[in-house]
Formats: sequence, C-alpha cells, structure tokens
Amino acid sequence: MTRRISLAAWVLVASVGMSGCGYNDFQRLDEQVKSSWSEVLNQYQRRADLIPNIVATVKGEANFEQETLTKVIEARSKATSIQATPELVNDPEAFQKFQAAQGELTGALSRLMVVAEQYPNLKANQGFQDLRVQLEGTENRVTVARNRYIKSVTDYNVLARSFPNNLTAMVFGYSVKPNFTVQNEAEISKPPAVSFDKPASK
Amino acid sequence: MTSVAALSARSAKPVRVLANPKWLFTRGVSAARFACGVASRALLGVLLVMGVLVSTLSARAQDLAGVPPLSARVIDQTSTLSDPQKAALSSKLAALEQSTGSQIVVLLVASTQPEDIAAYGQRVADTWKIGRRDVGDGLLIVVAKDDRRVRIEVAKTLEGAIPDLAAKRVIDAQITPAFRAGDYAGGLNAAIDQLAQRIRGEGLPMPTPADRTAQPSPGGLGPESLGIFFFVLVPIVGSVMTGMFGRRIGSLATGGVAGGIGWWLTTSALLGGLAAVVAVVFVGLFGVGSAVRGGLAGGLPPFGGGGFGRTGGGGGWGGGGGGFGSGGGGDFGGGGASGRW
Repeated sequence: MTRRISLAAWVLVASVGMSGCGYNDFQRLDEQVKSSWSEVLNQYQRRADLIPNIVATVKGEANFEQETLTKVIEARSKATSIQATPELVNDPEAFQKFQAAQGELTGALSRLMVVAEQYPNLKANQGFQDLRVQLEGTENRVTVARNRYIKSVTDYNVLARSFPNNLTAMVFGYSVKPNFTVQNEAEISKPPAVSFDKPASK
Repeated sequence: MTSVAALSARSAKPVRVLANPKWLFTRGVSAARFACGVASRALLGVLLVMGVLVSTLSARAQDLAGVPPLSARVIDQTSTLSDPQKAALSSKLAALEQSTGSQIVVLLVASTQPEDIAAYGQRVADTWKIGRRDVGDGLLIVVAKDDRRVRIEVAKTLEGAIPDLAAKRVIDAQITPAFRAGDYAGGLNAAIDQLAQRIRGEGLPMPTPADRTAQPSPGGLGPESLGIFFFVLVPIVGSVMTGMFGRRIGSLATGGVAGGIGWWLTTSALLGGLAAVVAVVFVGLFGVGSAVRGGLAGGLPPFGGGGFGRTGGGGGWGGGGGGFGSGGGGDFGGGGASGRW
C-alpha cells in the first residue's frame, strides 16, 4: 500500500522535475521573441528607407497617377509615425495598430508597382528597375522575419500555456504574446504581392 | 487543416489509456489517484499540443513540394544535366569551397508549385543551412524548370558580397539568356563564375581544416544538465521502473524514457538513442537506482533501448551522407533575387 503511494509520488516528482519550472526557458524564449521582433522592425525600416527613392523616381515620370503616389506617401508616414520599440510585443493593442499601418503600406506599394507597369519610360528606367529588385528583396526579408517571429512567439506561448510552466508564468506575470492575426495570415501564406516580372495586365 | 473532431479523436485514445492504467489502480488509493489525475491532465495538455503540431506539420507536408536530402553539390531532379556536366559543376563548386570556404549548392527541380520559388527556396535553405558553421557563407541556386523560374538564395553573411541587385544582374546576364537557348549547364557555369568572383573579393575568413571536420554540437545541453539527467533523473526513473516491472523490463523502459527525453531535449535522434543506451547500461548493468539488486547480467538491454530511441526519432535531420555535407551555419534571411526565362 505505502509502496504504491511512494511510487506514485516518485512518478509525480520525476515528471515535475523533468519539465522543470521552466523559468530559464521563459528567459531564453522571451529574448528570442524580442530579437526576432527586432529583425521584423529592421526589415520594415529598410522598406521605409527605400520608399523615398522609389517615390522620387516615379515622380520623374510626368503625369503619373497622383492618387497612387499620395497613398504610398501617406501610408509610409503613418507607418513610420508609430514608435516601433521592441516593447511593442508586450502591448497587443499597439502591436495591432503597427501591423495595420505596415499592412496598409504593403498594399499601397504593391498597387504602385502594378501601376508603374503601365508607364513604358519607367519600365525602361534602369534606376527604377534596380529599386524594384531591392523592394522585392526587402519584401522577401520581411516575410522571412515575420515567419521567424511567428515561430518564436509560438514557442513562447506554448511554453507559457502548458503545465506546469503556466504556474511559473502566473507567478512571474508572463503573459501570452501577440502574434500576427488571421487577417494577416492569408497575406503571409502567399508570396509577396509585388510582382516584378510579369508584363502589365492591361 | 485537420478538423477539431479528428484532432480530438486522435489525441483522445492515448489519453484514455493513460487515465486508466489498470496496474496502478488495482488497489484504489485516493492519494495516488489524485496525483495521477494531475499528471494525466498535464499529459493531456502536452498530447493536445503535440497533436496540433503533428497535424499541422503533416497537413503542410502534403501540400508543399518536398525538400530533397542534401546529397551533393549539384542536385538535379529533372535529369537536365548530363553526368559530365554535373561532375564539372560539382568540381568547380568543390574548388571554390577549398579556396574560400563558401558553399554553393545548385538544385534543379521540376516545379515548386503551389509555392512561389522564393518561398520554396527559403524553405530549402532553412532546411539545409549550407555555409560554414562559424561563418554562415552559403548560397543556393534553385531552378524550377517547368515553371521557368530561377532563384539565387544568399545567406546573410554573403549579402554584402552579393546584394540583391548583383544576384539579379547575374540572373539577367548569365542565366536567363543561356536558359532560353536551352543551355542549362552553360548558364549555371557562367553564373557560378560570376558569383565566385564576388565571393573571392569579399575577404571572408579563410577555410581551416577544422571547418571541414566540424560536427554540429548538441544544442543547449551543458555538462550540468547532462549530470542532472544521468545521475538524478535516470536513477529515479530507474528505481520506479525496476520496482514496477522488474529489472530486465524496467531497465529497458528507463532506456526508452531516457531516449525519448534525450531526443526531445536535443532534437537529435542519434543523441536520444545514445542517452537510451547509456541509461540502460546504468540501470541494467550497474544497477544504478535499481530496486532489485544482484543477479541477471543483462546482455540484451542496450540494443533494445537504442532501438526504441531511434524509432522515436524517425524524422531527424541527418544532413551529411556521402562526400559532401552542409556546414550547418548558413542563415538565410530572404536575400537574393528571382527571375524567369
């Protein structure tokens, strides 16, 4: 009888001991989330830095669709006006706002690129073609950085929600971190919408 | 995606088995029952999480084009290149690795559908991680023949030597015209010449003999955790298991548990199997933590334990193989360029 109880106790001690209280795992994964988020910011910044050049080149094209251009400029200033700090990952509301602004910029940019296809001068402009290649590379980097962020947040959240680490999380006040939402998920699963190599559809 | 119902059906079965282990509940002790209730609930959570992971992984694997094993420097799944052409390209790439240390791999596939070539190339690059372990200088050329698309994936270390624009220029000047004329080997050859020239000008650390023999180190397991693992956990589990099942099966079970944990901790099937073998030897031969001492010099356990650990780790990522293996250090962040012909 007592033997059975002690056995069960051993099993419990062993299972708890194996998984540990997870404190160090929290520190490790938290740092990982932060660094992968910094990489996302880094790439968004790279894109924002690229836009003035693109805008300047496109402006050189006489009677370019003004509305498209204005939208890009507005979306860029909106996106860069949000103070993007690594602490953003702990504030779901600010995170959503930041994502919405960046998403808007993505949309405006891809529209600009599609429209630019209709201007033969731009298509022949080597400087503009180079900018397109750079933009494509940046969008790819954003995608990769976002995917890595998603993965590291998933690791963190699984840790924070599974037993017995959720007890540790409760004690130390670690909460689940926000991830890219479903509305963005469709965007992530398809390749960057900026298409460079296709001839104009019109 | 698998439906929720299918998912719960999948995970419900093992949980039900765990919740009613007859051998533990034959004499109903309420304390033991409570302890096990807590434990099984925790297990339920773990199993659910694992179920979700497994189902998403398998769902993805069904949809997407597979990543071939890294077996050579030039992998041609379309039989486009002749054997001499492949050998020539391979020896050129080998010479580049000899002189600069940088690894370039060429992959020809029929199609990357349903994925974009950039997404597929990224996935392949993430899996292979070509490039020296300490330097991370890898480069991957993916050709999707039926899609008529080509991509150069550049690891972060080489993004300075080969920026996106340079990669695009190589595609436009060397690859596209040759591929249009059907001269795949010639296009690749010229492209590799251009890329090699840029890599040579970069001033990367020179290759050392250690680079070629360097083995991937087990991640995140220091000597202390290893000590705790073998000298605290193994005896505890060993005493429980041998107490319940007797020495022979108990030590095997301990090996299985140790192998499983080792595999889980290191994500390496090989290390998991090693942990299983060591645990079986500890418990089975030396009687560490064994409840029943003496007798039975177990000749059979090591093999069985090792076997268990290995089956547990079925889907490992053995990179090497023949003469060529990935350095394992390439970190690809989406750099490079794509083109079509």
